[in-house]
Amino acid sequence: MALAKITSLTGRAVYVPGNDIDTDRIIPARFMKCVTFDGLGEFVFFDVRHDPQGNKIEHPIDKPAHKGATILLSGANFGCGSSREHAPQAISKAGFKAIIAENFAEIFFGNSTTLGMPCVTAAREDIAKIAAAVEADPQTEITIDLVKLEARFAGQTVKIAQRESARDALVNGRWDAIGELIDGKADVLKTAATLPYLAA
Amino acid sequence: MPKSLFQKVWDAHTVRTLANGQTQLLIGTHLIHEVTSPQAFGMLRDLGLKVAYPHRTFATVDHIIPTNELVEPYADSLAQAMMDEIRKNCAEFGITFFDRASGKQGVVHIVGPEQGLTQPGTTIACGDSHTSTHGAFGAIAFGIGTSQVRDVLATQTMALGVLKVRRIEVNGKLRPGVYAKDVILHIIRLTGVNGGTGFAYEYAGSTFDAFTMEERMTVCNMSIEGGARVGYVNPDETTFAYLKGRPYSPKGAEWDAAVTRWKSYASDPGATYADVMKIDAADIAPSVTWGINPGQGISITENVPSPENATSADEKAGIIEALEYMKLPAGKPIKGTKINVAFLGSCTNGRLSDFREVAKYVKGRKVAAGVKAIAVPGSQIVALQCEKEGIDKVLSEAGFEWRAAGCSMCLAMNPDKLIGDQLCASSSNRNFKGRQGSITGRTILMSPVMVAAAAVTGAIADAREVFSVN
Repeated sequence: MALAKITSLTGRAVYVPGNDIDTDRIIPARFMKCVTFDGLGEFVFFDVRHDPQGNKIEHPIDKPAHKGATILLSGANFGCGSSREHAPQAISKAGFKAIIAENFAEIFFGNSTTLGMPCVTAAREDIAKIAAAVEADPQTEITIDLVKLEARFAGQTVKIAQRESARDALVNGRWDAIGELIDGKADVLKTAATLPYLAA
Repeated sequence: MPKSLFQKVWDAHTVRTLANGQTQLLIGTHLIHEVTSPQAFGMLRDLGLKVAYPHRTFATVDHIIPTNELVEPYADSLAQAMMDEIRKNCAEFGITFFDRASGKQGVVHIVGPEQGLTQPGTTIACGDSHTSTHGAFGAIAFGIGTSQVRDVLATQTMALGVLKVRRIEVNGKLRPGVYAKDVILHIIRLTGVNGGTGFAYEYAGSTFDAFTMEERMTVCNMSIEGGARVGYVNPDETTFAYLKGRPYSPKGAEWDAAVTRWKSYASDPGATYADVMKIDAADIAPSVTWGINPGQGISITENVPSPENATSADEKAGIIEALEYMKLPAGKPIKGTKINVAFLGSCTNGRLSDFREVAKYVKGRKVAAGVKAIAVPGSQIVALQCEKEGIDKVLSEAGFEWRAAGCSMCLAMNPDKLIGDQLCASSSNRNFKGRQGSITGRTILMSPVMVAAAAVTGAIADAREVFSVN
């Protein structure tokens, strides 16, 4: 199972401002009545993109200028709340390939990394700089460089950060651990043998 | 060198270090439910993999199950499809399924402890963020995403980075009318909703020593609401007494050996912690949330915050956004705010002791006119015991609808939902925008007895006054 080495990615961005954007906001629970993740993309942020009657209301994601954006910008504690992988799946299936935020909730961060969707952090003022560049020209291309740990856009460069285990996994193409976990089978048996409650 | 329980359990379950520096951690007990598992089984099939330890995975159905409809097919065909899917997956892969017909179905975090599956010194994973509940027994329990559900099914392990441990000590006796729910709402108010990111919480101190297992579960359950993925209490005689005689608890000579082993996992005196927080139990009051995340809480006697009193621009923006959504006036008492719905239940507060405590106070009283009140036991076993004790009758006579076991209105993936901007006094764990099924619905989190007080008065109330607790 060879995975892509995600060393850098470039794309246009959309800024969804706010702190503590929870996973219920990202994908409301009613859209999780499904047995596959297919089709979740259209429901991302549904309840802030629609009024209570289901009519579209203004939201950055729906602005024609941001069509095709692949980088999501946001605030602090992004993805808090539920462990639902439906949240990063919905973001990913809506076309996003990476998220830049001030920081991320623990489970969301892990879920996203396992999908090969980098979550990188940046200082608030730097996110504001990227957002301002995108506001000035939605066609601005942003490059997230996981090797140099910087984001480059509109002639500017800002620092980004990522937990080293995730960065290592992404740049070396081992962000989905399943293959490596399966390879550890002999060691799993050894560890299990030391734990009485795991005896068959 | 003295170690914390977290370090001991982590070390005992470490398989090896992975190339990126994470640990391949053995997961002793895997719990699954219908919402986050079907895609994982799909991935297994795509990869041609089997379930490695089918006898260590246990399933139930809770999120989508209607609590007012017992006969299949359910009116909601999507709910029925999810029911059929988990039944099929469990049968195909040889996994024990606590279906409704078993009499053991319920919210997954209530079923595990009830069956004796949740044991000290073990690792537990479940595709649900409230898996931290199981930490009440001295287990290290992780909420995981669906790809990790796949990893655990396929290998009984997952890749994880080690967490720091913060010890949260609460000492002293809680004041009358103050419950475990108030303790955790108080803690989250102090830390904020992301203060626990990267930490496992060790809850300790004389307040926790005196707590029942059900109270410990209520606190551990909401660890994630403060950002901590894991929360636990060291195992003690209270833990062992709860587990003795449960269906999956060790029996006979094995029981004694297990207790000895379980005791050895408790944190050593002198263990070091990345952080220590100390709270005086007497400082904790009956608490309610006023905003749109569980950290936005106050005691019932306080006023709703005002944006102008915020200490930072972030806090100010947060207050403005929350009050606009909640339609609450800034700087005014929250007491007296009219409610439309009262919800008793959830993995936080859907256990026997919760319903017993409520029944004690609502006996002979009536739910206020115009309030819809529902009481949803966390499991079929909780329901049966309540029915044996006549608790269902007390609640029904008071005007609560007595339902079948499930997650119900905690997250509204089933017919129980708020309508429009209804305000709900809720014993659940999240007050996010839209959480209870209406995109303008409003949630105020509180203890079950505070929900009861709101139900009978029709407004957010101080249960100590309503029920003359002193």
